[in-house]
Order: sequence, then structure tokens, then C-alpha cells
Amino acid sequence: MSGHDDSLPAVPEGDEPIPNPGLPPHEWRPTDIDPRLEKRAERQVATLFGVATIALIGFFVSYFVFQIGDEWDTIGSLGASNLMLGGTLGIAFLCIGVGLIHWARKLMVDEEMVEIRHPASSSDEDRATTVGLVMQGVDDSGIGRRPLVRNSLLGALGLVGLAPIVMLRDLGPLPGDKLYHTIWEPGMRVVRDVVGTPIKVSDLQIGDLVNCEPEAIFALGDDGHRLIEGVDLQIAKSKGAVILLRMEPDDITPWAGRENWSVQGIVCYSKICTHVGCPISLNERTTHHLLCPCHQSTFDLADNGKVIFGPAARHLPQLPIEVDDEGYLVAQSDFTEPVGPSFWERDNTEREDAERDQAELEEAE
Amino acid sequence: MRLLNRPIDGLAGRLSRHRRRPLAGLLVLLLGLLVTGSLYAAFAPAQAGRAETDAEQVAKGRELFLVGCAFCHGQNGEGILSSRDGNIIGPTLVGVGAAAVDFQVGTGRMPMAQPGAQVQKKAPVYTEEEVAALAAYVASLGVGPAIPDESDYSIEGLSDAEREEAIVRGGQIFLTNCTACHNFEGSGGAMPRGGYAPKIRGVEPRYIYEAMLTGPQGMDNFSNGNLSPEEKRDVIAYLQSLEDQPDYAGFGLGGLGPVSEGLAAWLVGIGACVGFAYWIAAHTTRTSKSKVEA
Repeated sequence: MSGHDDSLPAVPEGDEPIPNPGLPPHEWRPTDIDPRLEKRAERQVATLFGVATIALIGFFVSYFVFQIGDEWDTIGSLGASNLMLGGTLGIAFLCIGVGLIHWARKLMVDEEMVEIRHPASSSDEDRATTVGLVMQGVDDSGIGRRPLVRNSLLGALGLVGLAPIVMLRDLGPLPGDKLYHTIWEPGMRVVRDVVGTPIKVSDLQIGDLVNCEPEAIFALGDDGHRLIEGVDLQIAKSKGAVILLRMEPDDITPWAGRENWSVQGIVCYSKICTHVGCPISLNERTTHHLLCPCHQSTFDLADNGKVIFGPAARHLPQLPIEVDDEGYLVAQSDFTEPVGPSFWERDNTEREDAERDQAELEEAE
Repeated sequence: MRLLNRPIDGLAGRLSRHRRRPLAGLLVLLLGLLVTGSLYAAFAPAQAGRAETDAEQVAKGRELFLVGCAFCHGQNGEGILSSRDGNIIGPTLVGVGAAAVDFQVGTGRMPMAQPGAQVQKKAPVYTEEEVAALAAYVASLGVGPAIPDESDYSIEGLSDAEREEAIVRGGQIFLTNCTACHNFEGSGGAMPRGGYAPKIRGVEPRYIYEAMLTGPQGMDNFSNGNLSPEEKRDVIAYLQSLEDQPDYAGFGLGGLGPVSEGLAAWLVGIGACVGFAYWIAAHTTRTSKSKVEA
């Protein structure tokens, strides 16, 4: 590069490589030149403000004229009062806004200005003075000479910082093993959601899907009130929700150890998606595929709730069921794995699922 | 005899005096036949009277079936599998019952125009009588759910309080069992592999009831053991109560939830904001004339 330096034209010292062309001559707006146009723009702005005034008067009038009680569904079921109050106020705001901008664009002063930038830092003199003052303050306080004071202050300030962190504990007790258990227990009946009636095998035909809950959430105490209420009820319901599906018994291909988890083609699965916990009951009768509406994870209910599509990494937990003495469907036990989405401490079932898929593939080959 | 011969005033006496006239026997015979016939018509079991028309209906249905349905469903409704891959061309109709036929043919889904992800609803091909004949024929193939009667899904007979209770309960059942696919106000929704759950607002109650009973296409069954007839009635009552509700906030935008509402907000709302921003920043017209300094 140095060889070319001589051929370049000499740059004058302290000057720009290209001469500053300066600002182009100002171009005027028609309203600046022609008084007629200026008057017209003035009238336009005034008209906009005038319309806003009329709309606001309309607002006050409609406030008193239209009553919500009698006219809540007039004018295309919008409600006269709603529509008129909102409409007039909206028009008023719009006209004021448009008028202001129109005023600025057509009539307010329209000249380019240049303001040269200056350095952001203070002058060296000011800076030296300030540093001097700070150093003098440090000297005056004697913090360098009294390490006991300095260290005790540092200790106190450190604990102040710790105080809000300690208060984070109030966010709630640690979950313990709650995430591993639901309200299901051996012998608890599977009942229809909403109505709470128990289900017999003979109630269901092939292709029937029932949205169910554990019987315990409908249980009443001696005083006629629910035994589980409030937040506890919500938690029990949301973790215990299941779907019951009856299919051709031959369609079910249980994993080892799950052979007796279904009753005459009736299978029971958690209703909570293992991805982020949406409730799922979009089942296709013909394929036994259960689709989650949130992110399209799809589970095969004939094949142990295996994930066949979508972002979910774990199979849908299955509830082992059997029939009690009176012929109603009951749980054999709680779920054998946590329901719902993954959490930090959870065991690694998605790896087991992947290994199982791999083994199935190899077997097929 | 002595009693009858005793002179009696009034009708009975006069009849009695004329009882040996030649026409009397004939008259009594006619009267007897008339009374017997009327009484039989009034008290006989309903089926007995319809027995012959039922058989006729089944025969007529079979004729229609052989022309319009047997190609896919088999000549005896046994269903046909494709010889190539064993996929079902037409499922067996044994045991699907009259309700399934009334739903599929009555809403125009059957006969199917072409195979695909979803059988489309269209104008019915058969008249109501023909649908009834087809239903009667298919019902004769095997036991299945019958066409529901209006009394099964009507809440006419209930008091106001019972009606309200039915609608509230039906709403909860609907939100638990149906909303997942059919949307919270029955506007329908998408299903895997190109299928969809149809809109069920504005559908005749009879067809909603039949769909729950028979589970058409990919839909699950909600047989009477699953949802009791009263619960089905309540669901229908809830759906009909939706028809009476105005859209309180103005435009319903199809009742599809965040999709259509978000689309409207982004396109109309933010579109208008962008338009205004563009107008504010746009260059005003300039003129080449220079200002005459006053």
C-alpha cells in the first residue's frame, strides 16, 4: 500500500478529504409561499378541531341519552351506549391528533437547523478538581487509616445485600416429592368429570371417550361439604385428570409389565400433556391418536401413550386400572411416574423412550 | 226375556221392541265390527299397525342401498376392504344403527363425493323418506342406536329453573368433553392430517344427538353409557342457549378465539398505526418557488 501513497493527491492538513458542501438551499412548502394555501391549511386544522369538539359534545349527549340497561344489544348487538360513547370519544381523539400533526406539517416553522456536536466529557480542569475533592473526602474520613471501621462497614453492607435474597424463600416451600404423586390411590374409582358418576365396563362401547377425574375430588364429608376444597381441589383436579378410552382389545400393544393395566380394551391415561402441561382430549377414534392443541404433540393411546409427533419428549403416563367388587372401574395404584411436564430433578424417561424406540426399530429391521 | 218384554220408556225400550226386525241383525253386526275396530286402533301396540309398512320400508331401503351405497359398503352392508393394502374402502354398517344413517345421509356427508381427509357436509342427496328407508334397512342389519325422538333432546317440558340447571350442566359437560375439538362455542377446529372438527352451531339438535351416539368419522362415541340421554339433552340445550346470546363485545369474528382476534388486531390495528406513522413522516410537497421577503 505504501507504494501508492505518492500517487494520491495530497490532503491538505486539518481539512476534510471532501469539501463540506453545506446545506442545500431551503425548499419552501406551498403553504409558506402562497397565503391562500396557508389560509386553507389553517381552515383544515380548525375544522379537525371543530369536528373533535362536535364529537365531544356528542359524547356528553350520548352519556345522558343512551342507557346501558335497556339498550345493551342495539346497533348490531354492540349496545347504543357503548358504541356512541366509544365512537364519539374515538373520533374526538383522532381529529385532535390528526389536526395537531397537520398543523405541524403545514403551518409550524419548517427550517433545518444545524447544531454542532461537542465532546461529552467535562474539561480536564473540572475533572482534576472533582478527583481532588473526592480524594480529600477519603482522607478526611480516614477510611484508609481505620481498617476496623472499613471492614465492619463492608460486613454490614454485604448482609444488607443478602436480606432480599433470604426473602425469596417466601415464594413457597420446596415441592418435596409432591410432583411425583397425585391423589390417585389403589381402589379409587374413576368417575366422570362434572357429574362424578362411577363407570362400569358395560357402560362403554368401543370408541367411547370419557373425560374423568378421581372420585376423591367429589367426595363429601358428613356435613355435606366437599372434603377437598379451594386450592387443594384445583391441584388435585389438575394433576388427577384422566381420559378413559375403549378400543378393540387387540389394538393395544402394552409394554412389558403393563399387560394388565387395561380392562377389556379400556385404557386410562393422564390428561396432562408431558410437554408443557396443557389438558388434552382431542382424540381421533379411528387411530387412537391424542393430539395436544397447544403444540401439536401427538400420543398413541394404543401404544402406551408413545409420542409419535410434536415437541413432547416423554410418553403420556398411563393409570393402571381394574374392576372393583361392584363392577366399577378403579385405579390399581397411583401413576407410576410423575404426570405433566418435565422438571429439573425428574428421572430421565425420555432417554428410556428413545432407547425403546430404537430397539423397536432394530426389531422391525 | 220377561224383563226385556216389559214396556220401557225411551230408547232402550224402542230398540228392544224392534229387535226381531230383519235388518236388526245386520245393524248389530255392523255396530259390533265398528266398535271392535275402533277399540283395536286405539289400544293396539303401535308396532303391530306399522309391521307391514316397516317391511316395505326395509325393502325400499335395500333397493336404494344396492344402487347408492353397496359399491363401497358391500351388498349386505358388510364393508369392503381394498385388496391392495387392506385399508377400508367402506366400513361395515352392521350394528351402526338407524341414527348413523340418519346423520350421515341426512346431513349429506354420505354418499361421499370423493375420499379424503374429511367427508364434507353437503346438500342431502336423498329425500327424507328415502333417508328413513335407508335407515330402516341398515337398522335391520344389526342392533344399533335408533334415531332419537324429539322428546329426547327437547327441554320444552321443563320448568324455567330446571331449564337453567340443564343449560348450566350442559355447558360444563360441553366444556369438558366437546370443547377440545369443537371450540368453546362450537365453532369447530383443526384436527390432525387435514381433518377438522366441524362447526356445530346452527346444526339441527337431532344431528348433534346422533353424532354423539354414533361418533361419525374420527369423532369418539358418547354412547348412552358414556353420556346419559339427559346429559346429551343438556349439551344440546347449552348449544341452543348460545344462539340466544348476543356478542357482548361487538364482532364475534367467527368465535375462533385468539387466531381471528389476533389477526384482526395485527392487520387492522397495527396496520392503521403504520399508516399514520407513514403519513406523519412523509415529505410534504415542496415548491421550487422561493419566498418573497417582505
